[in-house]
Amino acid sequence: MPDPIVVAEGLHKSFGDTQALRGLDLNVPRGTVCGVLGPNGAGKTTAVRILATLSDPDAGHARIAGYDVVREAGKVRERIGLAGQYAAVDDKLTGRGNLRMFGRLSHLSRREAHRRADELLDRFGLTDAADRQVAGYSGGMRRRLDLITCLILRPQVLFLDEPTTGLDPRSRGEIWDSIRELVADGTTVLLTTQYLDEADQLADDIAVVDHGQVIANGTPDELKATIGDRLDVTLEDPAALPAAMTVLNTLAGADPTATDTDRLSVALPGGRRLRLADIVRELDRAGVAAADVSLRRPTLDEVFLRLTDREETVR
Amino acid sequence: MTVLTSPLGRLRWTLTDGLTLVGREVGRLRQEPGQIVAALVFPAVMVVLFGYVFGSAIQVPGGGDYREYLMPGLFAMVTFSSWLGVMTRMAGDASRGVMDRFRSMPMARLAVPFGQTGADLLIGLLMLAIMVGAGLLVGWQPRNGLIPMTQAFLLMVVLRYALSWVGVHVGLAVKNEQVADVLVPLGLPVTMLSNAFVPTGGMPGWLRFLADWNPVSALTAASRELFGNPGAPSGDVAWPLAHPVTAVLLWSAALLAIFVPLSIRAYMRGGR
Repeated sequence: MPDPIVVAEGLHKSFGDTQALRGLDLNVPRGTVCGVLGPNGAGKTTAVRILATLSDPDAGHARIAGYDVVREAGKVRERIGLAGQYAAVDDKLTGRGNLRMFGRLSHLSRREAHRRADELLDRFGLTDAADRQVAGYSGGMRRRLDLITCLILRPQVLFLDEPTTGLDPRSRGEIWDSIRELVADGTTVLLTTQYLDEADQLADDIAVVDHGQVIANGTPDELKATIGDRLDVTLEDPAALPAAMTVLNTLAGADPTATDTDRLSVALPGGRRLRLADIVRELDRAGVAAADVSLRRPTLDEVFLRLTDREETVR
Repeated sequence: MTVLTSPLGRLRWTLTDGLTLVGREVGRLRQEPGQIVAALVFPAVMVVLFGYVFGSAIQVPGGGDYREYLMPGLFAMVTFSSWLGVMTRMAGDASRGVMDRFRSMPMARLAVPFGQTGADLLIGLLMLAIMVGAGLLVGWQPRNGLIPMTQAFLLMVVLRYALSWVGVHVGLAVKNEQVADVLVPLGLPVTMLSNAFVPTGGMPGWLRFLADWNPVSALTAASRELFGNPGAPSGDVAWPLAHPVTAVLLWSAALLAIFVPLSIRAYMRGGR
């Protein structure tokens, strides 16, 4: 594995009686996208705030590109970009005005700040709206402006805290495209999200966070493999349900769940493989008529629900 | 590119970044010409409303024209609007995440409070200029010559700057634009509870005490004295009204001594 550019070790943070982080560890290799996935209140935002030098950990430490986020915060700030849950831009200024201001505050010369603003507006398709006041932008345009504001200094690491929350599907797609483009340039991205499809689409690695700790870690495929394939069967006659239960139990080696009067579902224990033809043959042999049989990879939703114990549907 | 390590470099970037933030406020005004129009109309409305409506019924102590008496009060009122504007802008930046963005950038940390108060000074000078214009139109004028007049305006600027730091602190404390908006109308009763529009002599004892010690009253009394406008208190008056110039300077020094360190500490610690 290449050397990690974002390293967090044993981060703890409490707010009053609430323990937001309880020993969070994280390693993000250079040039990858790490998706931090977790339910609300899991500690995602707290972790990002510490990594982006906005907040100090109570215990543990973190380094960005080798610099400590507490002791060498200034060095860290020169290398990161942060887009939070709100579009942190000035509504009253134009898009171009915002980029120029943040460019100046990033200590670019006036000329360089202007040039960089034009370049970014052009590259991310905001040139037409550049001289309009941001207050009149759509939600998606505003987020896009927020995102490119982080790019003025070409950060090595970009923190995106729920970058598409509250956006319509089309705007989400546009933000995703922008993020992919950045990664192609070599930027490392740490992305928190509650949308599993977002993590599935963008992330090379996923860290599932719950109760302030990383509870699972791996590529989307690795995580899916931990809970095995799913087998769903729809029957022609609900009366055949008990017989079908027995067949599936034997085949899968696990208890199926009746998801409806005529539907069964079972998660195959990790690593167990079945062939569709075998399933149909076995059902037929027991005299069960199936209207539909499907064997599929689990969705990241199912992995997530199982890992975070929020529901018991996946057993 | 960024040299924030030496004290001199840090000072330089604090100034440069502060000026960028002042420029930001200018940019905002340029985008919203309506605000400039409002800034022009508001003082005119105040002059007419108070000058002619109240002026028709109020007797100036010691005689004299009510509008001459009123203008120093309106100057004080405009000066006191400072902390409200700064508070609203700080709270707005905090609630929209703009403050977090500033904090995550390699900019000089102190530039934000200094930039905001500096921008307010610019806005204050603009408002004062408009107010002077409105005053001259209704017959007010400074009657003691150039030096006392300059001193009066300087007092306003000094107190305004001190008050803007109150705004920084309150804005950082509320962190919420809606709360800040609710606080704004409270500014008016605070200015009304003074000698700005009516003499305090007729108020009930406890109210008079509050009004006499209100810094608005000290500033109003000081400008009346320096402009040579009517309404100088006579007889047995509270200390701040007997020594208004000293009182304004003491108020300014006290506000700065308390709120500059408090605000800077609050800004540096923010969210940690």
